[in-house]
Amino acid sequence: MSLLEIKNAKLKLNDKDILKGLSLSVNKGEVHAIMGPNGSGKSTLSYMLAGRGGYDLESGEILLDGQSLLEMEADERARSGLFLAFQYPVELPGVGGMSFLREAVNSRRKFLGKEELDHLAFVKEARKVASKMFVKDEMLKRAVNVGFSGGEKKRFEILQMAMLKPKISILDETDSGLDVDALKIVSDGVNAERNDDNAIVVITHYQRLLDYIVPDFVHILSDGNIIKTGGPELALEVEKNGYAGLINAA
Amino acid sequence: MVATQETIDKVNEVSSTYKYGFVTDLESEKAPLGLSEDIVKFISNKKQEPKWLLEWRLKAYKKWLSMEVPNWAMVDFPEINFQDIYYYSAPKTKPKLNSLDEVDPELLKTYDKLGIPIKEQEVLAGVAVDYVFDSVSVVTTFREKLAKEGIIFCPISEAVQTYPDLVKKYLGTVIPIGDNYYAALNSAVFTDGSFVYIPKGVKCPMELSTYFRINEQNSGQFERTLIIAEDNTYVSYLEGCTAPQRDENQLHAAVVELVAMNNAEIKYSTVQNWYPGDKDGKGGIYNFVTKRGNCLGKKSKISWTQVETGSAITWKYPSCVLKGDDSVGEFYSVAVANNAQQADTGTKMIHIGKNTKSTIISKGISAGMAQNTYRGQVQIQKSAKGSRNFTQCDSLLIGDKCGAHTVPYINQFTPQARVEHEATTSKISEDQLFYCLQRGLDTEQATSLIVNGFCKEVMKELPMEFAVEAQKLIGISLEGSVG
Ligand SMILES: Nc1ncnc2c1ncn2[C@@H]1O[C@H](COP(=O)(O)OP(=O)(O)OP(=O)(O)O)[C@@H](O)[C@H]1O
Ligand SMILES: [Mg+2]
Repeated sequence: MSLLEIKNAKLKLNDKDILKGLSLSVNKGEVHAIMGPNGSGKSTLSYMLAGRGGYDLESGEILLDGQSLLEMEADERARSGLFLAFQYPVELPGVGGMSFLREAVNSRRKFLGKEELDHLAFVKEARKVASKMFVKDEMLKRAVNVGFSGGEKKRFEILQMAMLKPKISILDETDSGLDVDALKIVSDGVNAERNDDNAIVVITHYQRLLDYIVPDFVHILSDGNIIKTGGPELALEVEKNGYAGLINAA
Repeated sequence: MVATQETIDKVNEVSSTYKYGFVTDLESEKAPLGLSEDIVKFISNKKQEPKWLLEWRLKAYKKWLSMEVPNWAMVDFPEINFQDIYYYSAPKTKPKLNSLDEVDPELLKTYDKLGIPIKEQEVLAGVAVDYVFDSVSVVTTFREKLAKEGIIFCPISEAVQTYPDLVKKYLGTVIPIGDNYYAALNSAVFTDGSFVYIPKGVKCPMELSTYFRINEQNSGQFERTLIIAEDNTYVSYLEGCTAPQRDENQLHAAVVELVAMNNAEIKYSTVQNWYPGDKDGKGGIYNFVTKRGNCLGKKSKISWTQVETGSAITWKYPSCVLKGDDSVGEFYSVAVANNAQQADTGTKMIHIGKNTKSTIISKGISAGMAQNTYRGQVQIQKSAKGSRNFTQCDSLLIGDKCGAHTVPYINQFTPQARVEHEATTSKISEDQLFYCLQRGLDTEQATSLIVNGFCKEVMKELPMEFAVEAQKLIGISLEGSVG
């Protein structure tokens, strides 16, 4: 059984067809990359999976570990182990990073039937993970994403992923806005979380990321559908020739 | 954690009242309905007050008769029939219940969410408790510690008897009897409240909380508080309670007066969580409060911090009169109005002395159909050269049926002063909510987190344990407002 199964997903936004019968199957232990032109529906796909209000499927199915997600609210999906690293992380003025993280981690732990972490245990854990990601303690004290640079925001997303230990992570353009060193740090962070029980879907425009996070499959999303699937070499082809040839062939 | 401390205190409070048969003795005493000169005399007589105080009350009563109900605030309510109120009733108005089973389940749910232990819930909800209490009285130890420093902290009715000169010297000096309609009413009929006196050079070693004051539950709807801080002193005073308390009196009109001498600092924090009425605005407390502090001395400082989440109507403007040169006034406020609640609150900063400074930070949160108004006055008198004021008013709207209003009045009579005013209005955005939900927080947790983030500058002014409880309270007050 696949970890994540999307079957024939159709979705409209404001009467416009955005996802047009998309199917995708992700097994445990796999990394999938999704590439595609601007506006092809990549972020829409990730919002739909995460259960954002207004992104309900018109038809189709999504299963996480065999369980339908469609009846679940966004927060339930998250607690069940679905994580989305946002293309544009949202600022939460006045909400301290540490307390935000703690509430998130404890919600997930509660769902898993684990004991909630007390303040000290949590701070220790958060600092440990943060130092691996080269996130300074000082950043955890600041309000979530407020005044963070583009790269800091992305790093903070992956830090959250590492703390929450999701089953499936969708990383929406996490590499955009990262400098060369940060790209390596963030990729190392993601790779450290890979194991046989979880899976990762990376959405990206750049082949370069896939040198660090090596995918098992690369999918090309165009106009609301996956038009081609291949191995890492497909990303190289896109890098070299762009999407036009692939789209025309489809 | 405050909750456990509270339990002990409450429990002690109750046990001592039982010990003296206090409840049964006073239960039956009630003045006839309505207000007249005779009722004022009755109250004064009940309290065996000196003649000067009776005369003071009568003067206030006469003044009140000549005054009109103020109608400038942005609140709307049916006319109050002041002859349909009991002005003196038995201190214990709480119904005695036999067990928690008889308590409103909604109330219990809230207690649970606040993490209040069962035994304390029983005390708060008015269940007749008959445990055998620990004989060590926390209250007594507390009082002894204060007495050693020469600090007076007692019910004002007791102060009238024990320290009549002090009370006489200051009562009504900050808020004169004719200051406003409700202050005049309070002056005529106040039943009890706190009296605090900090002698020269003393820094009060602990937060003075109303929990510690015996007879706290008996202050009734016309509470009167007077705090005097002599030269070179510090005191922090906490008023109120995060746990919702039952109260059968719909009208509350309290008066609080603060006096700060040279280099004295008074920090007054309030958490107000009275019954707000139901979703449609039925029931709920009308809270018409007058609070003012006189910074009489040089370099004196008065700071008001309030978290207002309860009451159907809040009409409240804690103010500072900055007479002493270099004195400082501060006002930090969070006002939450949900459902049909109406809040019209703010402050007045009157700059008289040279180089006086005031800061106003107001955070208004409106949800449901609620109306939330910030009303503030900054007055810089001619003498107040070199003075400064900074005001920041932020409003947060949840939903699209509520309203937020900002009404600043600025009167500046000298050019040699600086007044700054900033105001913002924002909404909790879909993006913010979704971001939190995506991390596994439910809608209520998310709202509470975002709202508390919005209020952070004010919350950090509250004493630590109070802040933790107030945070939960804000979350609870907004339940059901999103989603
Ligand atoms: N609320 C909406 N109503 C109508 N169309 C929308 C709405 N939101 C997004 N779209 C459209 O849906 C399409 C897919 O957008 P989406 O953000 O998913 O693209 P993307 O593949 O993530 O693009 P990018 O690479 O630029 O991030 C775009 O054409 C966009 O304009
Ligand atoms: Mg996108």
